[in-house]
Amino acid sequence: MHVILFAVFAVFCLAGAINLLVQTHPINSALSLIVVMTSLAVLYLLLGAEFLAAAQVIVYSGAVMVLFTFVIMLLNAGREERTLGSRVARVIGLPAVVAILAVVATVILHTQGLGGAAMSQGFTTTEELSTVLFHELLLPFEVTSVLILIAILGAVALARVEGSSADDAERTGQ
Amino acid sequence: MDLLNQSVPLSWFLLLSAALFALGIVGFLLKRNIITVFLSIELMLNAVNLSFVTFAHQWHAVKGQIFVFFVMMVAAAEAAVGLAIIIAIFRARGTLAIDRIDLMKR
Repeated sequence: MHVILFAVFAVFCLAGAINLLVQTHPINSALSLIVVMTSLAVLYLLLGAEFLAAAQVIVYSGAVMVLFTFVIMLLNAGREERTLGSRVARVIGLPAVVAILAVVATVILHTQGLGGAAMSQGFTTTEELSTVLFHELLLPFEVTSVLILIAILGAVALARVEGSSADDAERTGQ
Repeated sequence: MDLLNQSVPLSWFLLLSAALFALGIVGFLLKRNIITVFLSIELMLNAVNLSFVTFAHQWHAVKGQIFVFFVMMVAAAEAAVGLAIIIAIFRARGTLAIDRIDLMKR
């Protein structure tokens, strides 16, 4: 059953990723990335990471991808132009990708002592996770909240229209 | 019956992660739309997260999962800032094609 579950969702993952590359319209690419992320959530569940499976669906396929689709629709992004792109990327980049993939796959296949995954082996509960997170790693957790606050401020500052309403009103008033 | 109870080898998860990462690089190199390039980066982040979770399962280590949690938080912040930059670029240049955003090449 686990093997079948893995096979189905691994195929979903790969099909979504390939579809992301093949589609020319950004909205189709974004929707196929949602398929990849949701299938990954199922695979996390198979690996016993219940909290991460929930967070993957909520944070990634929920929040982040909504942001992406929102921006794609806001900018009215059309079909992408098919150009061959940079020659360096094609001549050096693609063979390098194949080489890296081959090396990594060989190493993985020759690694001894890797175990197996089955749901019956039990989950890492959210309780265990939060015990470590809030006892040993409290400072990094709090620093992350500062990072997100700064990111929000940066996003607002970047996306704001230069010299928008308030500034204009001031200038015209003088 | 044997197939029903069999556990999935962890190397399969690692191979899937490597394949997703490679597809992410290919998208990053070949796609010509700035939003799709950004989507490919997200795909690579997800592939790395999968191998983190796999190794956390292998070593029964909770910290691997916490690392993924932090990667998710940073990726959310990165997506917000990155998309704001894309909006700013679109306002300034009126295009999303990365071939036309070439001011620094000239």
